[in-house]
Amino acid sequence: METKTLDAGAIRTSKDAAPTTGGVSKQKARMSRLMVSPSVLLLLLWMVVPLSMTIYFSLIRYNLLYPGENEFVGLENFHFFVTDLGFMAGMTNTLLLVGSVLLITVVFGVLISLLVNLAFWGQGIVRVLLISPFFIMPTVNALVWKNLLLHPVSGVFAAIWQFFGAQPIDWFSEFPLFSIIMIVSWQWLPFAILLLMTALQSLDQEQQEAARLDGAGPWALFWHLTLPHLARPIAVVVMIETIFLLSLFAEIFTTTGGGPGYETTNLAYLIYSQALLQFDVGLASAGGLIAVILANIAAFFLVRVVGKSLTEKQ
Amino acid sequence: MADLTIKNLKKSFGDLEILKGINLNIKDHEFVVFVGPSGCGKSTLLRSIAGLEEVTSGHIYLDDREITELAPAKRDLAMVFQSYALYPHMSVRKNMSFALELAKESKETINSKVAEAARILELEPLLDRKPKELSGGQRQRVAIGRSIVRQPKVFLFDEPLSNLDAALRVQMRLELARLHHDLKATMIYVTHDQVEAMTLANKVVVLNQGQIEQVGSPMELYHSPANRFVAGFLGMPKMSFLPATVVSSDHQGTRIQLADGATLALPVNGATLHKNSQVTLGVRPENIHVSDPSESDFTGRLDIAENLGSDTYCYVKTSSNETLTVRTPGNFTCNFGQQIGLSLELDQCHLFDDQDQALPRLERIAA
Ligand SMILES: Nc1ncnc2c1ncn2[C@@H]1O[C@H](COP(=O)(O)OP(=O)(O)O)[C@@H](O)[C@H]1O
Ligand SMILES: [Mg+2]
Repeated sequence: METKTLDAGAIRTSKDAAPTTGGVSKQKARMSRLMVSPSVLLLLLWMVVPLSMTIYFSLIRYNLLYPGENEFVGLENFHFFVTDLGFMAGMTNTLLLVGSVLLITVVFGVLISLLVNLAFWGQGIVRVLLISPFFIMPTVNALVWKNLLLHPVSGVFAAIWQFFGAQPIDWFSEFPLFSIIMIVSWQWLPFAILLLMTALQSLDQEQQEAARLDGAGPWALFWHLTLPHLARPIAVVVMIETIFLLSLFAEIFTTTGGGPGYETTNLAYLIYSQALLQFDVGLASAGGLIAVILANIAAFFLVRVVGKSLTEKQ
Repeated sequence: MADLTIKNLKKSFGDLEILKGINLNIKDHEFVVFVGPSGCGKSTLLRSIAGLEEVTSGHIYLDDREITELAPAKRDLAMVFQSYALYPHMSVRKNMSFALELAKESKETINSKVAEAARILELEPLLDRKPKELSGGQRQRVAIGRSIVRQPKVFLFDEPLSNLDAALRVQMRLELARLHHDLKATMIYVTHDQVEAMTLANKVVVLNQGQIEQVGSPMELYHSPANRFVAGFLGMPKMSFLPATVVSSDHQGTRIQLADGATLALPVNGATLHKNSQVTLGVRPENIHVSDPSESDFTGRLDIAENLGSDTYCYVKTSSNETLTVRTPGNFTCNFGQQIGLSLELDQCHLFDDQDQALPRLERIAA
């Protein structure tokens, strides 16, 4: 309604005196700024309040076990967090986890979506089955793997090992990080498949035919046409998965609890254990801020490397 | 040398037979155009020649070599697609050198061949661009360049100009004709546009529902169509058809009666016709003239006139309610609904029997 009246006004003024149109469009811009301001303000509050509180907490002593002793301690919390034994482990594990899951989901995602893209009987059902793990809640997923698949006594894997006469493996104590990577990859592979499969369907058929006439075999077709075509969806997969995997928590919490030792503790889990297991809110806030900074560094590089291929026109 | 021979080629998709036995001979250096209405199987035939479709039965020979079962890349053919099908992630140069690189040719050979193709097609300033940075006409040229570098025996084009605007289409048409002349190549060209067919071809192949209706030079097809389909397909505006019955006929001529009662004596060999059998008279717009109603073959009522400047096409309803298209000079003026007289150039008319096959004209036999 508002804009309509303004439009009518614009027409009238431009008829009377042409130069005033600039003023009208400025007025319009002010109007639209006014209209979006509530949501911008809300978003700002949403972000600024928790952030400033976290910064404040990170600079004071704030342990729930010792109430009342909230004096300013400067960067001591940061110092503690960074020099904590768990910090290096948490960093390495975070990177290992994110890196391996990305690698597994992208490589297998490409291979599986190529396979599923071939025409075969029952294609629809297979596709749905492939996508379905994505709809399972992370906690449920972790519990299923922990109790039904990887359990050293009653798990499916143990049964298979026993069938071949081998000693069943206690996955979470012998290969804890690998087990987590396996679980998380299983959870995220469908996401990669979904995106890549959709992208494959838009692969131009005539380009493939032209390449076949040019003498390209299956490998050359994949390397020169399919893979470049998938660059963009792969970038999306990497970007989104990185964002979610950096803060991976539920799967670790449900299965290993960060152990044994610090072997499966990532940054998110470290912050949790500082805050709620040791009741040190100040330390946890400092950790949280460090995590935010690290995530921003990661995001910066992602946007530089990955985002470039996204914004490029195709 | 590049002689392409197609013997009894059939192609079905499932139960549906798309190509119903194609026999065709294409000679070296010929520019052959496949024309036909949409869906008649032109692309399927071209793709079968290229090896992109497996044929159901029949044989294709290139020179003395049978290529029916050969992989597309081994056939010595190059194809230009309607969508151009350029590789979007490669530069123009890479698009053109791709086939040569796959064939493991030396760097110098590749560079010189690409440079030569770029020179012919005036693509030199564009070599480092990506396809998305090119205009439609430039993309078209790159697609042609991609096939030129391979120096194939036969070039295949599938409606290469249909994505271009009208002005560019005319220009590219001329360039293709020049290219054919310069490269001395054998070209097979698919189109549904009869202007392209008439202007480019040495030999036109008219296809209809998976069968060849007629093969010949553009003028042969225009002046002596073998049947009613070819007669109606070629020519703009279309030939007009009038149903008629035979009054008398022999090998000296045929006398027919039109639905509105007029009788005409045509110099057409009617030896195969019987009295009272149904025939169709075909007349092109340029073979009908407006004349004084009192001394004309028959009369009609003017329906619509389209003035194109150089010509005016009049659509005339006869008294038995058939529509005739008449070409008149550009300065012809006439009012809607006016009665006009029409005369036919009888020696230019076509007569089709009840099977829609053309009857031989007499002067051709005499000549
Ligand atoms: N891959 C295919 N599967 C099934 N039918 C097809 C296929 N390709 C073409 N056809 C059918 O074959 C017929 C001829 O197609 P086409 O050769 O492309 O015609 P056009 O003469 O317009 O180029 C059409 O009816 C089309 O539907
Ligand atoms: Mg086609």
